[in-house]
Amino acid sequence: MVDSKVVLTGQTLAYTFYCIVIILLVAWFAIKVTGKGKGLAVKPAIFYTFVGFLTVLGVSLHLITFNTIPWAEMDLNRSDYKPDKTFVIKVKEHQFIMPSEKLVINVNDKVLFDVQSEDLTYGFGLFRNDNSMMFQMQVVPGHRNDLLWQFDREGVYTIRSTEYSGPKGVFMILKDAVQVIPTNTTN
Amino acid sequence: MSFINTFMNGEEGLFKSDTLTPMQKLTLRFVVVGLIYFGFVVIEGMLMRLYEVKPLPFITEPQFFAILTAHPLVGIFGSTYSIVFGAFLFLVPFLMKKPLWSIKLGNWTLILVAVGTFIFWFAGFVSHYAPLYTLYWPLPADFTQFSVWGGTFFIAGIALVMVGSAFFVINIFKTITYTPDGWEKQPSKALLASALGITGFRNLFTKNKKEHLVPLPVAAVARGSVDVALNTAIILFTGVLILVYMVAAIMGFDLKSTAIDALLYKNWFWWGLDLIADGLVLIFVAGTWYLLAMMISGKPLFMQNIARAALLVELVVSWTVWSHHLLSDQAQPAILKVVSGEMVTAFELITQGLAFFITLATLWSARPLKMTNPLKFLLGGLLGFALAVPAGIMQADIGLNRILHNTQWVVGPHVHVAILIGLTMTLYSAIYLLFPILTNGAKVYSQKLVNVHFWCHLIGGVGMGAFMGMAGLKGMLRRSLYLNGEFNLMMILAAICGTLLLIGFLAFFYNIVMSVGIKGVFGIFTPSKIKTKELVPSN
Repeated sequence: MVDSKVVLTGQTLAYTFYCIVIILLVAWFAIKVTGKGKGLAVKPAIFYTFVGFLTVLGVSLHLITFNTIPWAEMDLNRSDYKPDKTFVIKVKEHQFIMPSEKLVINVNDKVLFDVQSEDLTYGFGLFRNDNSMMFQMQVVPGHRNDLLWQFDREGVYTIRSTEYSGPKGVFMILKDAVQVIPTNTTN
Repeated sequence: MSFINTFMNGEEGLFKSDTLTPMQKLTLRFVVVGLIYFGFVVIEGMLMRLYEVKPLPFITEPQFFAILTAHPLVGIFGSTYSIVFGAFLFLVPFLMKKPLWSIKLGNWTLILVAVGTFIFWFAGFVSHYAPLYTLYWPLPADFTQFSVWGGTFFIAGIALVMVGSAFFVINIFKTITYTPDGWEKQPSKALLASALGITGFRNLFTKNKKEHLVPLPVAAVARGSVDVALNTAIILFTGVLILVYMVAAIMGFDLKSTAIDALLYKNWFWWGLDLIADGLVLIFVAGTWYLLAMMISGKPLFMQNIARAALLVELVVSWTVWSHHLLSDQAQPAILKVVSGEMVTAFELITQGLAFFITLATLWSARPLKMTNPLKFLLGGLLGFALAVPAGIMQADIGLNRILHNTQWVVGPHVHVAILIGLTMTLYSAIYLLFPILTNGAKVYSQKLVNVHFWCHLIGGVGMGAFMGMAGLKGMLRRSLYLNGEFNLMMILAAICGTLLLIGFLAFFYNIVMSVGIKGVFGIFTPSKIKTKELVPSN
């Protein structure tokens, strides 16, 4: 599965390009609307073309991401997948209660994280060593909070609560709690 | 004129508070209160920006989160609601060409919003009650972390603001539909139908098309006010629910928090909360853009019927988009994630895009225009939403939300750019446009300071949002703290941009005070000597 970092890079480039274009467009409009020239009515055809463009853009964005971001389909249909490993993690009084000190995963394994809160709403996120986010989900008490993820490369990851649960929640960090190792070196 | 003289009496002594009508005073009071609370928000924001770089010795962590809790609420209710309510309580009767239904109720709205905001802000300041504006259950009733008394006053303060909001809604709809003394009987039902868009909807299916009885900006205010009313009901109900737990705790009973389903509550609360962010803000802003474009250009609005229909679509969309806040909640049904969270939310790109285009096309029809203060701030406001709405659409995507939810991306390029640049610059445009009307011809003290305000606000706001967004893309969470300087570079750059915002606001505030003078500012809050329901003096 493509690393989430690659998706973020694509998104950064696309949004940066858009920002530059729209800032230049408004600047151009500001110069033109106050410069020499005659006021002309905009043709309705231009307006309707613009509406059509927005409609196509709004719908296609989700179709494109659904078909290019690998975890999107897997996430929506996760009950159809059989995980290679399942980790049940409990959260209570601002503490993650882990099934073992370190969660060891093989590369390319599909792993189900089943996180259960016994009091507040928390978050559950995996972070790389450079603090960038691999993924996250909400952890709502009284409900199933499960996330299926396939790891495509080796690495060591930190677990951190990604939802505010009071000032104590800031310290809900388990450094290097997840390790992804080459296939066939465990089990 | 000497500095002291101008400071006391305003630019050229033109502003005389004795000449103001009760309506002018009411509107100006709202604006002053709104700007003072905006000052609170800017200072709080700067404190948090600095704290994100390095914890400040005089602020504890619980206090930081108390500020984080109060900051958006003071910004939305204390500042934005005040300015918007004040402007619309003036503009609706202005456009309907009849007096406000009740100036007294308008003053009660002001008092309740101003006092309610101060109570919840002060309760948070003293007790460090900090469940954030999201109030995810059962955090607001977690008395192992928060003071029950602090929470009680906090929620009571919010409730007062909501009562004030309800008074605003009543005043708006009564003003649209009532018959002033001595007037010919007004068609109340037809006016209401026109304001809510029912007439326009019926026109789609009949040959005998009825004319629109209310101007387009009034229709926008009415439809936005529907969302204000619904939001008020939701927040009031939620507040009562939380208060039940608080009162029980004060009386020594420990009610089970599991009696309330956390996910159902989250859906319920986000449905109501989103009526602000994705409802009334967008509708009010679109209506304000249209009004500003017409007043600046002196031309009719481009594609007026489409604009009117789009406002109705936006209202319906605002009732059905809340699920984009729950894309990372795995127990949330997939159908809600896809339909409400993704598809309906994408409609906002269309409705807001239409408003953007229609406003620009209206201005274009009147070129060449002079780059006045209202025009430049309006263009800033348009740019703000043009930047912020697509950022929001991107995070309202099942795939991208997995790596963007609760990061600084959400609160930077989307929330802060939308509010600071999109919404606030639109409000500044309206303030500059209405300033001579509300002050009976007072002059702005310094055009240079207006320009300082404009550029500092624009560059500071866009820059702060951009650097927060860059930190978010690198994994920095919102609603959290990084005590080892993990994101210091971006936070320092964001703080520098925040400083620009502060400089811009100080320039604006100083400019306004020097324009109307200290005597004038205090004079706004004394009773009017003119006994009239007219909006402006008759001669």
